[in-house]
Amino acid sequence: MADGMADQLPATVDTSSHARNRSIIRLEGVHKYYHLGDFQVHALRGISLEIHAGEFVAVMGASGSGKSTLMNIIGCLDKPSRGQYFLDGTDVSQLQKAELARVRNRKLGFVFQQFNLLARTSALENVELPTVYAGISPQERETRAQTALERVGLSDRAHHYPSQLSGGQQQRVAIARALVNQPSILLADEPTGNLDSRTSVEIMDIFQQLNAGQGLTVVIVTHEHDIAQYARRALEFRDGKVRRDAAIKDRLVARDVLPTLPTLEDEDAEDELKTP
Amino acid sequence: MDFWNTLRLALRALARNKLRSSLTMLGIIIGVGAVIAVVSIGQGADAMIQQGIQNMGTNVVYISAGSGRPGGTRMGYGAVKTLTMDDLNAISREIPLIKEAAPGVMSRAQVVYQNQNWNTSIMGTTSNYFPIRKWIVTAGTVFSDDEVDAAANVCVIGTTVAGYLFGNDDPIGKQIRIRNLPFRVVGLLESKGQSVMGTDQDDQIFAPYTTVQRKLSGVTWIQMILASANTPEASIGAMQPITLLLRERHRIRTGDEDDFFVRTQSEMADMAAQTQLVMTLLLGSVASVSLLVGGIGIMNIMLVSVTERTREIGVRMAVGATESDVQLQFLVEAVTLSMMGGLVGIVVGVAGSAMINNLLAWPTVLSTQAIVMAALFSVGVGVFFGYYPARKAAQLDPIEALRYE
Ligand SMILES: Nc1ncnc2c1ncn2[C@@H]1O[C@H](COP(=O)(O)OP(=O)(O)OP(=O)(O)O)[C@@H](O)[C@H]1O
Ligand SMILES: [Mg+2]
Repeated sequence: MADGMADQLPATVDTSSHARNRSIIRLEGVHKYYHLGDFQVHALRGISLEIHAGEFVAVMGASGSGKSTLMNIIGCLDKPSRGQYFLDGTDVSQLQKAELARVRNRKLGFVFQQFNLLARTSALENVELPTVYAGISPQERETRAQTALERVGLSDRAHHYPSQLSGGQQQRVAIARALVNQPSILLADEPTGNLDSRTSVEIMDIFQQLNAGQGLTVVIVTHEHDIAQYARRALEFRDGKVRRDAAIKDRLVARDVLPTLPTLEDEDAEDELKTP
Repeated sequence: MDFWNTLRLALRALARNKLRSSLTMLGIIIGVGAVIAVVSIGQGADAMIQQGIQNMGTNVVYISAGSGRPGGTRMGYGAVKTLTMDDLNAISREIPLIKEAAPGVMSRAQVVYQNQNWNTSIMGTTSNYFPIRKWIVTAGTVFSDDEVDAAANVCVIGTTVAGYLFGNDDPIGKQIRIRNLPFRVVGLLESKGQSVMGTDQDDQIFAPYTTVQRKLSGVTWIQMILASANTPEASIGAMQPITLLLRERHRIRTGDEDDFFVRTQSEMADMAAQTQLVMTLLLGSVASVSLLVGGIGIMNIMLVSVTERTREIGVRMAVGATESDVQLQFLVEAVTLSMMGGLVGIVVGVAGSAMINNLLAWPTVLSTQAIVMAALFSVGVGVFFGYYPARKAAQLDPIEALRYE
């Protein structure tokens, strides 16, 4: 199923890099059980799937279908109860906790529905956080954080606290944080869940640019079909299984959609969007 | 994560809750401050005792008339008539360990010089009393053996007495009246300060024992013998033969109590030092309880902090913090808290000890050892009581921590 997808992909994706055909995420018969006393929840029931470098995947499905569970496993925050997970060729299910932390730090970037920025910590320092655990020198850390903030169009908000930023701006800081260590995969669990529709499209625009421009592999979880339309491939979950895996038809490009959306009072946010 | 970054993080986290951090530190501040102050009082007292031993001479043996209890002998001065100059001579003659022996006959009297008068104690003795006590005159001389034999009206005075009677005038050769009898001051003793017992040793007048016996007290006995051996060990070794000799001379039957009391200076000093040490340890451990309570306070606040910052911990783990990164972060925070408390505590302790010295006039000696110990101890408290909360933080599950509300 996934292989069929991969064949279609090069036609739509920038083909400049060979690496794009490389399988970066591969799950084989992955199961996940949760134990609640005597009661056992079977959250994932045998997932096998493959995602190639440079893909943009939207994971869809009803509440409780196992989307977040899958994301946690892909994100090395959790381990499969059964089955194997290969990240960039390495069997991650065999790694120790400290090694998993290192993988999260270097290879993965997380974006959460609740933004999860550290309170009373400036945007710049929030973005710096992953570099701190990568053992990068303080000067280098700041340069990198500044660059990451520029990429999401927030360099002028570097010294603002999260409480001084709008939801969309906070999510962009969170994206900058996910990018700062130059990961190969960006994982976002309902990144637009707390945002209005225009801001959501702005966030999707950033994802599309990162995916197209830098060939970053992007996996997002979303409930909204119109958000999934910005991805290239959709995985449909039901009861812990992949029910559908197909390329997105009528894919949307955020750049084209944004001008058609009504502008909000927040003129600033719009200005920043225009800066590339 | 590097150390400086961790430290910066800890300081910032603590600065975020200034009131809470200060209150948490208070326990450590009080604990460390109290320990330092108590130890400085203890050391001050100890220094005083050591000074006392130096002043008295460690080779000295006291023999006093009266019952065995030290309090009893003091009360019994003058009341017990068992000790005589013959006893003293027998001891000098028959106990080879004893090199010198001097008598002591005590009395109190009003002393007058011109229009100044002062009530002080008079001690009758012989001239060898001064070398036994390692006590010298700074002006004049001590009285001679001839003057002792002749029961001459001469005296040697302490600096306190000299101060009251003569002010800044030279007392040597002056005539004073002791109980209305004229005495010539022949010597002024060097100042010795307080004794181990806390009495002013310079507030005394010394005269030939014969003079005191016949002209002031009207007695034929003596109240004490001050003897000296060559070494502290010899002084202790002499106790037994002295006891046997005196029991024989006083015809005390086996099983009956002694009518005199023998003790050595080193023994008394040891006893005083021992008591002092026990007191210091006791007070010190009471003070350390405060340190312990302070540590529990730190643990409590760190546990609260870990719970409050569960989400932060989750985020840190998600972006690559390892268990040891998180553990170190919270441990450094706890240690920073206790160490800052320790440093403030040292300042409080040093200031407190200076205040005790100034306001209460208690001798205090600051001990670097105690300060270093207190500092190390406060770090230890931080590590010990910070370990569990830090461990708890490090073992959080990142997914659950991220989901924590
Ligand atoms: N820590 C846990 N302990 C027990 N059961 C869990 C735990 N986490 C998830 N589950 C269960 O696993 C199943 C899948 O949960 P998951 O969070 O992956 O769903 P989801 O697809 O992300 O749902 P939503 O769209 O609501 O976020 C659910 O039935 C859920 O109750
Ligand atoms: Mg979910």
